[in-house]
Amino acid sequence: MKIVVCIKQVPNTSEVKLDPVTGTLIREGIPSIINPDDKAGLEAALRIKEKTGAKVCAITMGPPQAEKALREALAMGVDEAILVTDRKFGGADTWATSFTLAAAIRKLNYDLIITGRQAIDGDTAQVGPQIAEHLKLPSVSYVEGIQVKDGHLIVKRQYEDRYHMIKVHFPCLITALSELNEPRYMTPGGVFDAYREKEITVWTLEDLDVDRTQIGLKGSPTKVYKSFAKQLKPAGTVLTLDPEEAASYLVEKLKEKHIL
Amino acid sequence: MNIEDYKGVFVFVEQVDNVVSNVGLELIGKASDLAQQIGTKVTAVLLGKNIESEYKKLGAYGADVVVGVAHPMLEIYKTEPYTHVLAELIKEYKPEIFLFGATALGRDLAPRVSSRVQTGLTADCTVLEIEEETNHLLATRPAFGGNVMATIICPKHRPQMATVRPGVMEMRPYDESRPFELIQKEIDIPASCDNVEILEVVKTKSTSADIQEAPILVSGGRGVGGKEGFALLEQVASKLGGMVSASRACTDENWIEKDRQVGQTGKTVRPKLYIACGISGAIQHVAGMEESELIVAINKDETASIFDVADIGLVGDLHKILPAFLEELSKTEHANSALK
Repeated sequence: MKIVVCIKQVPNTSEVKLDPVTGTLIREGIPSIINPDDKAGLEAALRIKEKTGAKVCAITMGPPQAEKALREALAMGVDEAILVTDRKFGGADTWATSFTLAAAIRKLNYDLIITGRQAIDGDTAQVGPQIAEHLKLPSVSYVEGIQVKDGHLIVKRQYEDRYHMIKVHFPCLITALSELNEPRYMTPGGVFDAYREKEITVWTLEDLDVDRTQIGLKGSPTKVYKSFAKQLKPAGTVLTLDPEEAASYLVEKLKEKHIL
Repeated sequence: MNIEDYKGVFVFVEQVDNVVSNVGLELIGKASDLAQQIGTKVTAVLLGKNIESEYKKLGAYGADVVVGVAHPMLEIYKTEPYTHVLAELIKEYKPEIFLFGATALGRDLAPRVSSRVQTGLTADCTVLEIEEETNHLLATRPAFGGNVMATIICPKHRPQMATVRPGVMEMRPYDESRPFELIQKEIDIPASCDNVEILEVVKTKSTSADIQEAPILVSGGRGVGGKEGFALLEQVASKLGGMVSASRACTDENWIEKDRQVGQTGKTVRPKLYIACGISGAIQHVAGMEESELIVAINKDETASIFDVADIGLVGDLHKILPAFLEELSKTEHANSALK
C-alpha cells in the first residue's frame, strides 16, 4: 500500500499580531509550522504504516524553504519527501495549486492520498477536494476517524450535527481534521536521519507534465483585487467598578438599549 | 468561454433530512441584493429525494426561480452525485454567480464543482458586492487567521463562485405571496457516480438549540475556569432568555459541548447582546462574534483585546460581577412585576 500525504508549511497564525499603529501584519519572527490538519494527516498515514507496512510519501508545493516542513515529516517517519517548487508556480490560487499538485501526484503510485482539511493561513478547505477532482478520484472530506480494510477504508465524516460512516474504495483521497489524532513528536534519531540520511526529491516545472497556462498566478482564475487591515470599530466604554456597581451599571445600560 | 453568455445569480440550498438549512435562505437574501444591482434573477437550486414541500419556502424568501432536482441518489449528500448534477445545471443555465453555504457540506461540494467546471472559488466570504462598471463579483474574506481582509475577483471565468458561512448574511422577510417559477428538473445520474457507500448516519446533537439562533449569548472563555463556572453563565443566560456559548479554549477542555464554540473554527453569531465573560479576545474568536449588536466584555485583565471590540467593558472578576448581575436582574424583575 502506498500513501501520499500533502502538507503545507504555514506561518503560525495564532502568533500573528497586528501593528496597533499602522494596522498592518507583523510578519517578523512568526515561526513556520506544518499546517495542523496536515500534521494529523501525516500521523494518520504513519499509523497505517505501522499496521500494514504501507509506504508513506510526503509532498509539498512551496518556496525552497518549505524543505524544513518535509524534514520534519521525515523525522516523524515518512519514507519519502518531495518538494514541488518553481518560481512559475508562485501566486497560485487553490485551483492552480491543486492542478499542479495533481500533476506531481500523477507521477507517483498511490492507493490513498491524505490532505489536511484546510490550512490555517488561507482557511479555504479547497485544495484537497480539488486535487481529487483533477485526479478523478472519489474523496471524503472532514475525516475524523479511519479504519483500513482490505481494498477500502471506512471513515468517519464529520458534519455540524452528525457524522457519516462511509466506505470508500482505493484509490481515493481524504481530507483530515486535526481532531483525528495527536501527532507524534520527532525523535532525536528521526531528526538525525531526516537531515543526514534522507534525501528530499525536488521537482520543478521541468519535471511535471502540465499545461503551462494553468499554473501559478497566470493560471489562477481568482485574483486578489485588494487587501486591507480590518476596520476597527470605535472604542467602547471600559470601566473598573465594584461588582455591585458594575452589575447595576450593566442593567441600566441594557435597559437603555431596550434589551431588558 | 464567453462570459457574456453567463447570466443570473444561483444559490445552492442544502437540505438535511429534507429540510432546507438557514444558510441557504440567508444566501437567497444576499443574492437578491446582488441580482437587483446587475438586473438579473435569483435562482435557488435544491437537490434531494423528497424535497417538493420545501420549494415554496425558497420562493417566499426571495428566489425568482427554483430549480429542484429529485433523485434517490441525492437523498443524503455524497460528493460525486451532487457535483455531477450541479455541473450539468451550470452547463445548461450558465449562471454568472453561484453561492454556497460554507458548511461541512458546501466546503466539500463547492471546490469539487469549481474544479470540474474550471472556475474560481472564494471561501468563507463576509462581504459580497458588485463592482459597478464591470458587474464583477467582489468577494471579501478574512485571511491569515482573520488578521487581514482580502477582496477576491474572478474576472475571466464563470460562474464566479463563493461560499459564505452561516449567520453572516441576513434572510429577507418571509413572504408567501411572492410568485416564483418552479422548474422540476430531471437529470440522469450515471451509476458510476455512486462511488462511496454511507454505512451509517449518526446524529450527535439535538438540532433544537443552536447558538446562531439565540438573541442573547452569554459566552465563556478560559477565565470561566471550568464546568462549574459555566453553570453560573447558564443561570445568567436563562434569566436573560439566551444561551451559553464559548471560546475554543473551553470546548477544547471539554468544559462545554463543541457546538457552542464561537469563532473561526466554530460558529459565526450575531446576537442582539453578546456578553463575553473571561474571554481574552483572540482574533479567531472575535471573527465569529464582532457583528453582534451590543458587545459586553467582563475580564480581569484590563489589557485583554476583547475590550477593543466591546461596547461596554467591565474590568473585574466575572465570578463576582455575574452573581451581582443576577441579583440586580431579580430586583428589576420584582420592580417590573410590582408596576404591573
